[in-house]
Amino acid sequence: MSVATPLPHDAAALHVTGQARYVDDIPVPATTLHLAFGLSEIAHGRITRIDLSQVRAAPGVVAVLTASDLPGENDVSPSVHDEPLLAENTVFYHGQPIFLVVAQSHLAARKAARLGRITYEEQPALLSIDDALAADSRFEEGPRLFRKGDAAGAIAEAAHVIEGVIEIGGQEHFYLEGQAALALPQEGGDMVVHSSTQHPTEIQHKVADALGRPMNAVRVEVRRMGGGFGGKESQGNALAVACAVAAHVTGRPCKMRYDRDDDMTITGKRHDFRITYRAGFDDEGRITGIDFVQYARCGWSQDLSLPVADRAMLHADNAYYLPHVRIESHRLKTHSQSATAFRGFGGPQGMVGIERVMDHIAHHLKVDPLDVRKANFYAAMAGASGGSIGAEKKPEAVPQTTPYHMPVEDFVLHEITGALVESADYRARRAAVARWNDANPVLKRGIALTPVKFGISFTLTHLNQAGALVHVYSDGSIHMNHGGTEMGQGLFQKVAQVAAASFAVDVAAVKITATDTGKVPNTSATAASSGSDLNGMAVKAACDTIRERIALHLAETHQTEPARVFFEEGRVFVGDDVMSFAEAARSAYEARVSLSATGFYKTPKLAWDRIAGRGRPFFYFAYGAAVTEVVIDTLTGENRILRTDILHDAGTSLNPAIDIGQVEGGFVQGAGWLTTEELVWSDKGKLMTHAPSTYKIPACSDRPAVFNVALWDRGRNREDTIYRSKAVGEPPLMLGISALMALSDAVAACGPGYPALDAPATPERVLAAVRRVRAA
Amino acid sequence: MAEIVFLLNGETVRVGQEPATRTLLDWLRDTRGLTGTKEGCNEGDCGACTVMVSTAGVARAMNGCLLFLPQLHGKAVRTVEGISGPDGQLHPMQQAMIDNHGSQCGFCTPGFVVSMAVAHANGASDWDDQLAGNLCRCTGYAPIIRAARAAAASPVPDWITSDLAFTSAEILPGVRGQAAPAGPTFAMPRSSDELADWYAAHPDATLVAGATDVGLWVTKQLRDLAPVAFLDGCADLKGIAETDDGLRIGACATLAELRVAMARHHPGFAELIRRYGSAQVRGAATIGGNIANGSPIGDGPPALIALGATLHLRKGETRRAIPLEDFFIDYGKQDRAPGEFVEGVTIPRQPDRLKCYKLSKRFDQDISAVCGCFNITVESGIVRAARIAFGGMAGIPKRAAHVETALVGQPWTEDTVAAAQDAWERDFAPMSDMRASADYRMTAARNMLRRCLLADAGTPAQVLEVQP
Repeated sequence: MSVATPLPHDAAALHVTGQARYVDDIPVPATTLHLAFGLSEIAHGRITRIDLSQVRAAPGVVAVLTASDLPGENDVSPSVHDEPLLAENTVFYHGQPIFLVVAQSHLAARKAARLGRITYEEQPALLSIDDALAADSRFEEGPRLFRKGDAAGAIAEAAHVIEGVIEIGGQEHFYLEGQAALALPQEGGDMVVHSSTQHPTEIQHKVADALGRPMNAVRVEVRRMGGGFGGKESQGNALAVACAVAAHVTGRPCKMRYDRDDDMTITGKRHDFRITYRAGFDDEGRITGIDFVQYARCGWSQDLSLPVADRAMLHADNAYYLPHVRIESHRLKTHSQSATAFRGFGGPQGMVGIERVMDHIAHHLKVDPLDVRKANFYAAMAGASGGSIGAEKKPEAVPQTTPYHMPVEDFVLHEITGALVESADYRARRAAVARWNDANPVLKRGIALTPVKFGISFTLTHLNQAGALVHVYSDGSIHMNHGGTEMGQGLFQKVAQVAAASFAVDVAAVKITATDTGKVPNTSATAASSGSDLNGMAVKAACDTIRERIALHLAETHQTEPARVFFEEGRVFVGDDVMSFAEAARSAYEARVSLSATGFYKTPKLAWDRIAGRGRPFFYFAYGAAVTEVVIDTLTGENRILRTDILHDAGTSLNPAIDIGQVEGGFVQGAGWLTTEELVWSDKGKLMTHAPSTYKIPACSDRPAVFNVALWDRGRNREDTIYRSKAVGEPPLMLGISALMALSDAVAACGPGYPALDAPATPERVLAAVRRVRAA
Repeated sequence: MAEIVFLLNGETVRVGQEPATRTLLDWLRDTRGLTGTKEGCNEGDCGACTVMVSTAGVARAMNGCLLFLPQLHGKAVRTVEGISGPDGQLHPMQQAMIDNHGSQCGFCTPGFVVSMAVAHANGASDWDDQLAGNLCRCTGYAPIIRAARAAAASPVPDWITSDLAFTSAEILPGVRGQAAPAGPTFAMPRSSDELADWYAAHPDATLVAGATDVGLWVTKQLRDLAPVAFLDGCADLKGIAETDDGLRIGACATLAELRVAMARHHPGFAELIRRYGSAQVRGAATIGGNIANGSPIGDGPPALIALGATLHLRKGETRRAIPLEDFFIDYGKQDRAPGEFVEGVTIPRQPDRLKCYKLSKRFDQDISAVCGCFNITVESGIVRAARIAFGGMAGIPKRAAHVETALVGQPWTEDTVAAAQDAWERDFAPMSDMRASADYRMTAARNMLRRCLLADAGTPAQVLEVQP
C-alpha cells in the first residue's frame, strides 16, 4: 500500500538538480514586461502630490500606473475591501505601494521605482499596541470575549494568584522564494496567471474583480511555491493583480517579483501580541480561574486578522483544562504592514500565553513546571487515540470542555508526555542541570517540556471543503489534480499516495499536476494544516468513483459482483481472471465507461459561533510535546539550544518521512521565532530589519546539537480522517515554545526573581532578564 | 566590456557584451536560461545562488548574486545544473538529499547541493560551518546534515575533479603576454603597479576585490560603479607571508586564507573569522576590503588593531604605513587620499594572547552588535600591556584607550576590572539600532572584559564551548 510509506518528496529529484520550476523560472515570451512598486516613505499621511516625471523618463520604462489608472476595482484585500493595490489619497504604512512601474527589465523597473517624488502631509502614526489602544484604533467594534464559568470569582477564592504580561514579537515568513506572479494575456481579454500563492482561487477572484471580468475569464496555475508558511495566503494578491492589470493595459505578458527588501517591507508578518494574565491556582498549581487579555497588532488593513486573533483565543488553553476562564481579545489597527497568516495563525501566540502562566505558577510554587503542566492537563479519555490509553491517568467518562465549550475527546498528551519524559530522560537531566548550574557561575542551563494541542479545521466553517479531479487514461496512467497547493510540505506526494492506494498501483503511476482553477474550482487556501485532510479525502472520493466504475464494468463482463473485483499491487483480479490495471482501464474505456471523475469532501461535525465563542470549531486536535535544553551566558545573554527531544502525533501518518520533516522544520522555525528572529521598526514606523543581513532566521548551527524527533507510534485519529492520519503542517511550530521556556528556566537559575522573559529572547532580552531576577 | 572567458559547467564561454557589474546570477538566469541558481536575497546572506568557482586547484562555494562577471575571468564555474554529470548522473550529494528527505520547498536546495558538493570536493566535513551560508526555512537542517554525512565518503565524481584540475591557461592561451580585458569604464590590473597607475588616473573609481560589500551597492543601492577596477588579477596583492617580524597580509588575501593563517598564530581571530561570514563570503571577501570600506562593524579591524597591526597604503609610487587604528577617522571617513589604496596589513610577531568576542543575534553569518578584541599581557598577575579594540561601539573600529590605561600596571583581578568601570564611558558612547541598544552594547562590552579574566582563570564563559 502506498500510504503510510516514507517516500521522498515527489519533486526531490527536480529540486536537487535545479530543474524544479518556480514562477520566476517559467520561460516567458521575449515581449514580457517587468514590474516594481513605488513605495510610501512615511507611515501615515495624505498624499498631496505625486510627481512621476523622472520615473516615466527612466530607461526602459513602458508605463507607470497610479490608482486612477486602474481599469477595475482597486483592491487586493482577502476580506473586507480595505486594501487598495495602489494608495489613493492616504498612505497607511511605510512601504505601501503608491505607483506601479512597468518596464523592460526587472532591474529597470526597480531603478525607476525609486525615482518617484511623492509629497505628503504627514499625520500621526499609530505604531505600537499602546498607540492604538490610546486612540481606540481597532478592527471590529470592540474586544471579543470568550467566557466559561466565573473567572473573577474563582481567582478571588484561589489559594494563590499570579499576574503578569508577556510581549511576543512578530515573525517574517522568509520563504526562500519571494513573492512572484506572471500574467499572460489571452484572446478576448482572458488572463492566465502563474502565481506563487497558497490560494489560487483568491488570486482568480481578485484578478477578475480588478479586470472587471467574471471569474471564468481568469485561470490561475500554481505548480509549487518556494515556501509559503502562510505568507502566500493573501500577500500574493498585489503582485498577481498588478501583473494582470499591467498585462491588460499593455497587452503584453507581465511579471513581478519582489526584491527581498521590498518583500519584507511591503508584506505582512506574524502578528505581534501582548498578553496579560491573572491566574488563581491551588497548592498543586492547578488553575481554578484565569483571565487573559490578548492584544494583537494587526497593522493597517484587516486582512486575516480576525480569524488569526480568534485562533489565539482558541489556543489560550493549549493542553490545559481551565474551569473558569475569561479571554478578551483586542484587534488593534496600526500604521504598519498588515499582519497576516503565519503557520499557526494566532495559535502560537495564544499558546505562549498559557505556557508562560504554567512557567510562572511553577516558579511561584517552586516546583518543576512539568508537574504543574501535568496537573492542568485535560482528562484522559478512553479511545482518545483509537486505541488503549496510558496507565498514567484514569480515563474520565465525561470529556472536559475548552473555554469555547468544545469537549476534548481525543486528548493523548498523558501518554505522549509519559513516553517523552522517559525517552528524553527528563527527570534525571533536570537534576543534572541543577547540579551543573551550581558548579557554573557564568553559564546556566535550563530545560523545559512543553506540550502542544492544536485545533484542526478552518474556523470559518465553510472553508472546510475541497475538490479533486482525477483522470485515468486508457494506458492506466493517472492524472491527479486537487485544490491544494504545494509549498514544500509534501502535500502532493501524500495525496498521490492516497490516489495510488485507491487503485492499488505504484505511486509512480500517478501524475501530479499543478493546481489549476480551471480544473478544480472554488478552492480554499492551502492553510490551517488542512491540505492533506481535505484534498486527500477529495482525491480518494474521485479515485474511488472511477475504481467502482471499473469494478462494475469488469463485474459485468465477468458475470460477477463488483465486490468480487479486487485491485492489488497494480493488478485487477476478477473471478479467476487477472489483468494489469492498464488492461482494466483499457477495457473500461472500450466499453465506454467514463474514467474521469471529480471528488468532493467537506469536514463533518463542525458547528461554530465565533461571536458567542461556543461550539465545535475543530474536527479534532493534533498533539505533540518537546523537551528542550539550553544554555545561556549571564555576561552577554547569548544562548543556544543544546538538545531537543520531540514526540509528535501525526495519527496514522500518510508519509512518516514527510511528517518528520514537518516536525523538525516546524520546531526550528518556532524556536527561531522565539529567539533570534527580531523585527525592529524605527520610531517613524520604518521596518529596519528588511533583509537577512538584519533579520536572522535560524542557520544550520542553530538547530539543536542533539535533535531526536519521533512520531508517536500509537497515534491514530479517532475521527474518520484520511487513513486516520492527522494534520501536521502547523502544530510542530509550537513545539518551539519549549525553547523559550527552557531559556526562562535557565534565567531563573540566576536569582530569586521570576524571569518574565519576553520573546524573541535575543541575547539582549536574556541579559535583561538575568539582571531582573538578580535584582529581585 | 572586453571579452571575459571562463568555464561554465565544463564548457568555455566568452562574454563580451555585458555591463561590467552584471552579476553572475542575473546572467545565468536571464541570459543563459540556467534557472537552477536561485535569487533568495540578492545580498549574499541566503546562499540560494551558490555556485562552485574553481581556480588553481581550489574549489570554493560563492554567492552568484555578488559576483560580477569580470571576477570569473579565467576560472571554472559550476552551477547546480553542472553538479549532475554530463549524462544526468546524480552527484552523490544530490542522491543523498533525495534519500534523506533534504528538500521540502526545494528553493534553497540547489544552493545547498552546490555547497555540499564543494565541501565534498575539498574533503571538508564540518557541515555546520560549510553550510552556514545556506539558509533553509523548511527542513530545520537536520535532514540536510544527514544527507551530507551519508554521502561524505563517496568518491568525488570526475566532472567535479576536472574543474579542480582545470587551469586558466586552458582557456586563456598565452595569457601572460596578452593584455587583460579592459574597457572604457573598467580595468583588470594584474599587479599593484598596474593598479597604482590606473587608480591614479581614475581616482574616483571603485575598487572591487571580493564584492561582498560593493556588490550590494549594485544589487541593493542600484548604483552605477563605473569606472571600476577588479583586483582579482593583482597577484602581488594576494597571499600571506610570514616574516621574521610577523605576518604580512596582502590586501587581496581572502578571509578564508586569513583564517588558515590565524589558526596557527591567533586561533581566537580564526574563530572570529569563521563567524564573520559564511564559506561563500569568506572565500570572496578580502581583508583589504574589510578595512578600506571603513565599516564600524567589520570584524577584521578590531582584531587587527588589538594585535597592533600596521596598514600599508599606496598612491602611485608613494607608499606609507600607519597604525591601523589611525586609518579610521570618523564614521564614513578614513585616512585615505583619492587614488590611494590598501596594499596590505602587517601584524607584529607576538605570543598569542588575543581573545575575540563577537556578539550577534545569531552565531553564524551575522553582523556584530559588538565585537570586542582583547590583547592583554599579564605577567606575575599584573597587567603589563593592553590593546583592546571594539567594533559596534562607535562610528569607527575603536580602541578602548581609557580602559587600557585603567588596567595597565594593575593586578589582573575582578577588582581591577570593576575599577575600570568608569573608563568605558570615556571611550565609548554607542548607539541604539536594530542590532542592540546602546545600554546593552555598553554592558556587554564591559562584561567581555570580565569574560577575559574568567577565561584566564579557566572558568567556562562561552556558550559555544558547552557540549550537550
